[in-house]
Amino acid sequence: MTGHARPRTTRTAALLGAALLLSACGAQGTAATGADAGPPRPGGTLRLGISSNPDCLDPQQVGTNAALNVGRQLVDSLTDQNPETGEITPWLAERWEVSPDSTAFTFHLRSGATFADGTPVDAAAVKTSFDGIKALGPKSLLGAGYLAAYRGSTALDPATVKIEFSVPSAQFLQASSTMSLGVLAPAAYAGTAEQRCQGTGLIGSGPFVFESFQPNREVVLAKRPGYAWGSPLWGHTGEAYLDRISYRVVPEPGVRTGSLASGQLDAITDVQPVDEPQFTGNGFTEPVRPNPGIVFNLTANTTRGVLTDAKVRQAVSKGINRPEVTSTVLSSNYRAATSVLGSTTPLHADLTKELAFDQQGAQALLDSAGWQPGPDGIRVKDGQRLTASVVFSAVFNQNQSALELIQQQLRKIGFDLRIELHTTAETTTIQQSGNYDFLWFNTTRADPDILRQLYSTKSANRSKLTPGPLDEALDQQAATVDPATRGPAAERAQRLIVEQAYVIPVFELTQVLGVGPTAHGIEFEASSRLRLFDAWVSGS
Amino acid sequence: MPRRLAQAVVVLWAAFTLSFVVLYLLPGDAVLTKLGSAEGGVTASDAEVAAARAAHGLDDPLPVQYGKRLLAALRGDFGTSVSTGDDATHLVLSALPPTLAVTGLALVLAVLFGGGVAVLGTYTRQRWLGQLLLSLPPLGISLPSFWVGLVLIQVFSFQLRLVPALGSTGFASLVLPAVTLALPTGAIIGQVLAKSLRTQLAEPYVEVVLAKGASRGRVHFGHALRGAALPALTLVGVVAGNLLAGSVVTETVFARDGVGRVTAAAVTAQDIPVVQAVIVLAAFFFVAVNLAVDLLYPLLDPRLAAPAARTGKVTADA
Repeated sequence: MTGHARPRTTRTAALLGAALLLSACGAQGTAATGADAGPPRPGGTLRLGISSNPDCLDPQQVGTNAALNVGRQLVDSLTDQNPETGEITPWLAERWEVSPDSTAFTFHLRSGATFADGTPVDAAAVKTSFDGIKALGPKSLLGAGYLAAYRGSTALDPATVKIEFSVPSAQFLQASSTMSLGVLAPAAYAGTAEQRCQGTGLIGSGPFVFESFQPNREVVLAKRPGYAWGSPLWGHTGEAYLDRISYRVVPEPGVRTGSLASGQLDAITDVQPVDEPQFTGNGFTEPVRPNPGIVFNLTANTTRGVLTDAKVRQAVSKGINRPEVTSTVLSSNYRAATSVLGSTTPLHADLTKELAFDQQGAQALLDSAGWQPGPDGIRVKDGQRLTASVVFSAVFNQNQSALELIQQQLRKIGFDLRIELHTTAETTTIQQSGNYDFLWFNTTRADPDILRQLYSTKSANRSKLTPGPLDEALDQQAATVDPATRGPAAERAQRLIVEQAYVIPVFELTQVLGVGPTAHGIEFEASSRLRLFDAWVSGS
Repeated sequence: MPRRLAQAVVVLWAAFTLSFVVLYLLPGDAVLTKLGSAEGGVTASDAEVAAARAAHGLDDPLPVQYGKRLLAALRGDFGTSVSTGDDATHLVLSALPPTLAVTGLALVLAVLFGGGVAVLGTYTRQRWLGQLLLSLPPLGISLPSFWVGLVLIQVFSFQLRLVPALGSTGFASLVLPAVTLALPTGAIIGQVLAKSLRTQLAEPYVEVVLAKGASRGRVHFGHALRGAALPALTLVGVVAGNLLAGSVVTETVFARDGVGRVTAAAVTAQDIPVVQAVIVLAAFFFVAVNLAVDLLYPLLDPRLAAPAARTGKVTADA
């Protein structure tokens, strides 16, 4: 099947193309001088190059960055999240109360907000929208997790809505700030989920409205006239500056960077590490933000082969030189992991010391566990080789090279890491079946509860653990929104995971944008997705 | 003719069936792939996954699924795309015009380039020029399309800024992808045509015609080219299919929408309805082009039109 062979060839093409571009752009850099930004100017169209086709535009259904970056502009959420502090702040809701057991959340809505069809954003509309997300079931790729224990909503009065859960769900407060739980107008649910995907009936109350969608080519959003209920965290009040946002789908990284450098695009997402140098200090800027949530990691299946032994897992963790991975395969924009959670995740615990590179320590651990160096440098014990495989897909371009470097690093402590590249479809099947030694992946979520979703024995249980102290810590952090209680529980969970090496964190996924001299004010929100309300374009 | 139509139907059925079998042999399915498309993979419960599978009819036994799909396909209904929720037939048909525009132009360019190089390369009396021209086809075949595409974009869009690098609007956006696509195809046509031209020119009839007083140009263009065009024409039928396959690469490099992009995405996601719609459409295209080529043969070579009168006609013609 040619379709499977292509991604490899296009990656090679990207490298070739990148080399060409690097040589070409040296000369071009000076032509695009740093524009004098001045005060923000309303009007104009932002031409934004994105790396993949958003298969669906409905923020309540989608899970990819390309789609979420569109959806975020269309809907408002009950709350917002401060990207600096992780704090949950007002947006559609002016204030809220959380029951002591974190099962009931009462939101008091601000007045004056309306959907693009003119209907008010009131308690009944919020209820319809949350019921609608719940009704999507697993079609709501992210919302289904946020609302797993959703019991229902009640409109107490037109401005007050109470949302209830069957179990403590502290994570919901952060989830209420995401575009996945952004509010759509009641009229949106008259059509099917598939229609909303294509933009039909996709009616939100956000600063932009849907205009057109040509799959694999372009998504266009237009400014919502009269918008006046932005989050107080944003840079200005009133309407958005841009008249239009044109998202152009440009899958080839070399073409994306070249189009930005030659002024055919104003900004691009997903700048590849190899292309990063051309957008620094020549009129171009390169905003970056690490993703919150679970960092790129080797998640161990603790029921399989040599990985049942905690000492082996710990030795693997010590044997990985994380700064070498980021500096060799990635770039200075990427950070080595300092916990299983990324540094931008609220309640992230700094475990840098626990994750330090310690080759001697790793070897000592393996020695003490009875693993002796074998004839080919790989350790053996009772005739068994010290080896495990890792299953991954190429969703992130640098996955393969990162894992190849880790493989070399682990070889030095006598551990044989076998790298198994699979298609996304195969990876998903393997992950579902539990038929793996190590899984390699990351997950974006600006709340520590993602640990419970993936590692509690009561949910996905990716490490195949038996009920124990980790479950307790994870349940505790789920039970309260009070950081004073939640913080220590979240830290205990991170420590347990890292010290027992159920998960071996490696580096933080980072969003790297390329912004040309004509574009300004493109911001990241707390989940490292784009916020284009304050964006504007100059000249052209 | 009825036999040809029956063959065409068999080809379409085989394409449908093979694609079904192959897609089912692959591990994973479209529903799992979609539910796992968010970072970090599937978070839905097994029951929810099963319900989603049932909604797409993926829980029926294989023969039942096959039968249902085949019956529906006969009515032009390939089902609903699992990834996008759009009707598969509509998805593919709406992606067709931009692809046809590029492949159509590419086919014209390929015939012009390939034919021109072959004819000039064999006609010229400058040895060096002939050799240079005839070395172009092997070079063209050996250059990978995605590389050619990137070089063309780099030079003509990013440096000279003559054409836009992105998009599917306007004639300007067609040129670079069509040239990229035409290069390997034109090279094959050129190589085959040059070879058969040389074979024709070495035939005894050429000496006869020359002896009768015909000019070199008349021999070359009037007699040899006509005979040499047959194998090249057969080839056009074959490479037209390659053009569709090549659009996967060119559409990705040039950020165009079209059947190639739809195909690549559908295969990756194991989106069976869409893949089958594409494959049956491609098979249809292939069959149609080859049928057209068959109908053209007799115009070039009257022997093929009237097999009964073969011997007499050939001598008369020569």
